[in-house]
Amino acid sequence: MMTRFLSRNRHTVQRLGFSAITLVAVVTVIPIVGTIIFILFKGGSAISLEFLSGFPHDGMRAGGILPAIIGTLYLTLGTAVFSVPLGIAAAIYLSEYAKDNQWTRLIRIAIINLAGIPSVVYGLFGLGLFVLFLQFGTSILAASLTLSIMTLPVIISTSEEALRAVPQSFRTVSISLGATRWQTISRIILKEALPGILTGVILGLERAAGETAPILFTGAAFFLPRLPQSPFDATMALPYHLFVISTQVPEMPIQIQYGTALVLLVFVLTMNVIATVIRSRARAKRQW
Amino acid sequence: MNKIIIENLSLQYSDGTESLRDVSMGIRQNAVTVLFGPAGGGKSTLLRCLNRLNDLTEVKASTGRIMIDGENILDPKTDVIALRRKVGMVFARPVPLPLSIRENIIYGLELAGEKRKSKLDEAVERSLKLSAIWDEVKDRLEEPAIALSGGQQQRICLARVLALQPEIVLLDEPTSGLDPISTGKVEAALAELKKEYTVILVPHSVQQAARTADHAAFFLTGELIEYGDGKTLFTNPKQKRTEDYIMGRFG
Amino acid sequence: MEKSLSWREFIITRLIQSSGYSAIIFVALIFFFLLREGLPTLGEVETSSLLNIRWYPIEEYFGILPLISGSLIVTLGATLIAVPFGIGTAVYISEIAPRWMREILKPLVELLGGLPSVVLGFLGILVLSPFLRVFLDLPTGLTAFTGSLLLGGIAVPTVVSVAEDALDSVPRAYREGSWALGATKWQTIWRVTLPAAKSGVLTAIMLGVGRAIGETMTVMMVTGNAPVLATKLGSLFSPVRTMTATIAAEMGEVANGSTHYHVLFFIGMVLFIISLIVNVIASSVVFRAKKRAERILS
Repeated sequence: MMTRFLSRNRHTVQRLGFSAITLVAVVTVIPIVGTIIFILFKGGSAISLEFLSGFPHDGMRAGGILPAIIGTLYLTLGTAVFSVPLGIAAAIYLSEYAKDNQWTRLIRIAIINLAGIPSVVYGLFGLGLFVLFLQFGTSILAASLTLSIMTLPVIISTSEEALRAVPQSFRTVSISLGATRWQTISRIILKEALPGILTGVILGLERAAGETAPILFTGAAFFLPRLPQSPFDATMALPYHLFVISTQVPEMPIQIQYGTALVLLVFVLTMNVIATVIRSRARAKRQW
Repeated sequence: MNKIIIENLSLQYSDGTESLRDVSMGIRQNAVTVLFGPAGGGKSTLLRCLNRLNDLTEVKASTGRIMIDGENILDPKTDVIALRRKVGMVFARPVPLPLSIRENIIYGLELAGEKRKSKLDEAVERSLKLSAIWDEVKDRLEEPAIALSGGQQQRICLARVLALQPEIVLLDEPTSGLDPISTGKVEAALAELKKEYTVILVPHSVQQAARTADHAAFFLTGELIEYGDGKTLFTNPKQKRTEDYIMGRFG
Repeated sequence: MEKSLSWREFIITRLIQSSGYSAIIFVALIFFFLLREGLPTLGEVETSSLLNIRWYPIEEYFGILPLISGSLIVTLGATLIAVPFGIGTAVYISEIAPRWMREILKPLVELLGGLPSVVLGFLGILVLSPFLRVFLDLPTGLTAFTGSLLLGGIAVPTVVSVAEDALDSVPRAYREGSWALGATKWQTIWRVTLPAAKSGVLTAIMLGVGRAIGETMTVMMVTGNAPVLATKLGSLFSPVRTMTATIAAEMGEVANGSTHYHVLFFIGMVLFIISLIVNVIASSVVFRAKKRAERILS
């Protein structure tokens, strides 16, 4: 009698508990979906060819956002140029070469710290080193370099994980057939880890594309009447532009604000979805 | 004639697992030499010394010499890449590289700088025939090697080693995951191999050791207990411990 | 041919190795430049006025206490939101959700991590803060609380993914053992799985806190930017200004090399040190837990 009561009681507790946790998860997820749908809905009507391909005019209260779109593209590509080779090489070092010693531990702590440094502090650093000390000025170059260092930990840790997932036996076999370490990496390991590395790279660049604080004082321009001509020009960028028109410009048409938010969101979400698809397809295809 | 002479070889891994203690032996050319004994006895470690694959693991200390054709391969100045081409190795589990069958076979040759298609084709055919798998795969050389059965994969791995035309072939329990029929095929290939190569085998059972050995060496906890002619050792062992192991009293 | 091969190998190995060490160099460089531009503050502003409660740079008042308190109160609020929701979601994903649900939820939470903070700030201004102003009957909707809500959302993905990893790496045998002894799934989660994943969950919380302290754009846009010392819990519902927002808002307008410029770098230095401490603690928890796991398994 007593045990049956206890057991029923336990299962009631479990049911209640599971419901509560499920509720928590639902409450966490609904705003994410809600935000995305809300912006798609509100911003959709602002999207037109003119909006996507035109320059802003009337103090940015009319016209398009082309310079901001192009600027974000440049910054993302610029970030990729520096952070992708460096990040993958660092991941290769950690996964394939590094011994388990104090130095390696120090590198890992450094990477964890890079990941945790506030984005605005990256902005300060970029201002101090690239803009002022190296005299790149407020430019795409300085902003890309700043974003690269910020992106590095994401790329390193995801790539390292992908490399480590490749079975050790491939390495042993390749070496036993007379391959050098680098031949093994370049012919076998990198190829197998590629989808995972790609996912990490895109997720890292996605973060860079959406960031505002690091480019505030290193490369972002309030308004430019033309597209940037060289890496030493400053540039408009979608996230900064959204910040500007939603806080700094009085009587800004709400339509343009939502439209800009939508374009930024689509830019970032597309990268996210591509990364997710690559990862799940590679998982399904994997044979080892 | 001795192809390999091992002199006072001792070795310890950093993590304190398997080790070798003062092992000395000569290994005959064109014969199958079997290294057997209970797990952890040092057989695999010895194999991995012969092509310096131990360089990949953390070794705490090693002393002694391994002379192959009169040269000490443990010398730091040894060209390990050339050594590994000369001393091929087949592992316990078949590990086809994630490439096609053909690419698997020519992997080592291409790394060695061979680019001529005729030479590569020739090597593919020769080594696949020698491993008794040519007929099974000759029409599907461009398919991924991973699609083959375990027994076929293991013979591909053997062919991959033979394609490099090594002088010595090391086999570390090459049939441990295979069914009896595949095992028979691999063992038959071994008998063929010793005509051209020096073969060193770590068998996966005492029976296999007895079946294949021209010469046999019994290892126990890192020491070489007994070494001699295969037939004699398995029918009339000198050491009590060897006899106990062969009779299945421990192991 | 062999010679050139070994040269190539040598050069590539060196390049890869230096890339590996670059992370250390970058952290050192960042610290160096923050020191270089931030330390002059100590010569230009007296320590007592730095520790003042008034931040009004135009009249040379550089008291950073209101900014620190602003950061703390917003982060505290964000933590109170992110921890239950983050860990709850992690438990749901790893222990309760059916497989198909997991496959949907994980990318969704990751998506939240990828939403640009400026978009969240934008929605904060247009949607959340007007709503809160009416709902809570406040003079303004741009408050620390608004910031906390959004920051909580920003920290959630970090907490979820690290905590979920930790829960996931608890060996299945632990759970099966507990079920075999007659415990319900619910009891197993609370008495076995969560305690076993404790260090990972702690790391998740630390990293979430770190993420919240460092967030810039969202808080700058929705917290009202009033540098007032937050002394009581009620301050949660009034405008505040955080360290990050101060740097972002003011750095664009100061002259390079001025006192104000140096003080902003000094604040950056403080932020850097805070994140350093948070992350070193978080990672040492992870390392220790790993060591223990290795010992148990070997």
